[in-house]
Amino acid sequence: MKQFTYTITDPSGIHARPAGLLVKAAKALDSTITIAKEDGKSAPATKLMAIMGLVIKQGMTVTVSAEGGDEDASIAAMEQFFKENL
Amino acid sequence: MQVATGKSILNGIAIGPLRIYKKAETQTSQLSALTPEEEFARFDAARVKAQEQLAGLYDKALDEVGEDNAAIFEIHQMMLEDEDYLDAVKGIIETQNATAEYAVTTTGENFSATFAAMEDEYMRARAADVKDISRRVVNVLTGQEDADMLAGQPAILVADDLTPSETVQLDKSKLLGFITRHGSSNSHTAILARTMNIPALVGVDFDDSWDGKLAVIDGYNSCVYIEPAQELLSAMEEKRKGDLKQEALLQTLKKKPNVTLDGKEIKVYANIGNAGDVGLVLQNDAQGIGLFRSEFIYLDSQDYPTEDQQFLLYKRVVETMAGKKVIIRTLDIGADKQADYFELDKEENPALGYRAIRICLTRKEIFKTQLRAILRASAFGTVSVMFPMIISVREVRDAKELLEECRAELQERGVAMGKVEIGIMVETPAAVLLADELAEEVEFFSLGTNDLTQYTLAIDRQNPKLDNFYDSHHPAVLRMIKHTIEAGHRHGCWVGICGELGADQTLTETFLRYGVDELSVSPAAVLPLRKLIRSLDLSKEPEA
Repeated sequence: MKQFTYTITDPSGIHARPAGLLVKAAKALDSTITIAKEDGKSAPATKLMAIMGLVIKQGMTVTVSAEGGDEDASIAAMEQFFKENL
Repeated sequence: MQVATGKSILNGIAIGPLRIYKKAETQTSQLSALTPEEEFARFDAARVKAQEQLAGLYDKALDEVGEDNAAIFEIHQMMLEDEDYLDAVKGIIETQNATAEYAVTTTGENFSATFAAMEDEYMRARAADVKDISRRVVNVLTGQEDADMLAGQPAILVADDLTPSETVQLDKSKLLGFITRHGSSNSHTAILARTMNIPALVGVDFDDSWDGKLAVIDGYNSCVYIEPAQELLSAMEEKRKGDLKQEALLQTLKKKPNVTLDGKEIKVYANIGNAGDVGLVLQNDAQGIGLFRSEFIYLDSQDYPTEDQQFLLYKRVVETMAGKKVIIRTLDIGADKQADYFELDKEENPALGYRAIRICLTRKEIFKTQLRAILRASAFGTVSVMFPMIISVREVRDAKELLEECRAELQERGVAMGKVEIGIMVETPAAVLLADELAEEVEFFSLGTNDLTQYTLAIDRQNPKLDNFYDSHHPAVLRMIKHTIEAGHRHGCWVGICGELGADQTLTETFLRYGVDELSVSPAAVLPLRKLIRSLDLSKEPEA
């Protein structure tokens, strides 16, 4: 399993729209992507409502992990997505 | 005549018959006669059809209310692909041998309840979205077209509630206005109505006997008159005609840039004195709010408004402006604007007295409460902060330091914030003369020409005896303005005018030649000013 941590800089956090983009991006990868918050709550990145339910705000640090498939490529793609969008 | 009140979404008048709309109760049987596979296939087909409808709505909304406000329908489409949602529907079909209609309705209610229970206000509001999409799928399943809510006749629609999709679907050529029992002035539906320029009232306790009766929505006074007296009706018709004239101007100028014939573009923003004016700002297509007079919050209050009270208000304005700039001027109280609980002493010379930034820098807790509220609102759009009545560099530094303190405190609390542009009002001769130094401290200047004129000419404009001496185009004032614009530009500041002179059309060309970047005027003055700007040619020699 590969993973990285990221602190959200987008002022709105992961609200509906970026959550939608995240789901799209995660679905395109062959690894299972999971987003975990510091309080232990986590959700698969392919599930829109579950991601929205995490209520991730600006300033929060999340751990993104990739399991199975081409983990290196998946985690690199996710890292780029977070930097560009969140 | 009967009068009912509610919360107004838009300052406008609508006149027409009322039509009460009741959502059709969809009777769905729980037990299916089909196999679970067949039911799920029905569901899946309906879901795809619903997504197609939503894609169509997205395009319609994009056209009518812009990308930021249309995005909700894209999210709706994605919600219908959500794995958990799909699994829940499937689970109910399989385990309960249920119909697709029943499974979707139940799933919608369950998910909506989960969102409704969240602490976060934004996520709570998503409960309505989940219900909305579920209802859409059920309607496809039952073959029920969304009924024509207006029955093909122009009318004021009356309903318990309207979803965003219902609002966008309505035939705008027939929709005169709408009235709902529920819904907040903050909801998506309200924002859409505002953007589409439809007079509307929410929170109105209507009764069924209103159906078909002639009524007037008076958005300016937040009320509806049912079967109005002839005199009132005529007055409202007059008012509506005035609005329509403005609207006609809007249609020809909407979305057009404020650009001169020779290609110089400037920004035209609007001044607002309370949160309700935001509707007018959008209606008149201003590119932002150039002056948000925050003191009304204090003047309307019996005691110091709390951080949360202020935050919610700023947030509402910022969200409604959907990314367009909102410049909040910090508390400008004192002189002619008094609130009892501030317990300000009577002064010999209030215009030169204890007011604005002078109060804020000595009563720091009041100031910091406001700054924290502004910083919190900055997470929801584009916010600038502007300090009034500045006469020295030290004041600006002190105010900025307090702003930084507040930012640090909020960071500690884990609160989301955005970048906040910092500027000052230039409204004293001292600030004009120090413009070069002040420009090093901030990102923009906004010229407050009313006070600047009064302080430069030493004339109290309330005193009619001085009319002979007073000249609103006094060369000293114009030179002050020119100097400020040039000094600002030397140091990378943009410079705007938010005082009355900004809307003075006889000076617009002069200001443009000075290089002004922005004019902020009352919402109603935005389009006339745009019209003028678009007719100017700065490459030609100015007429003498």
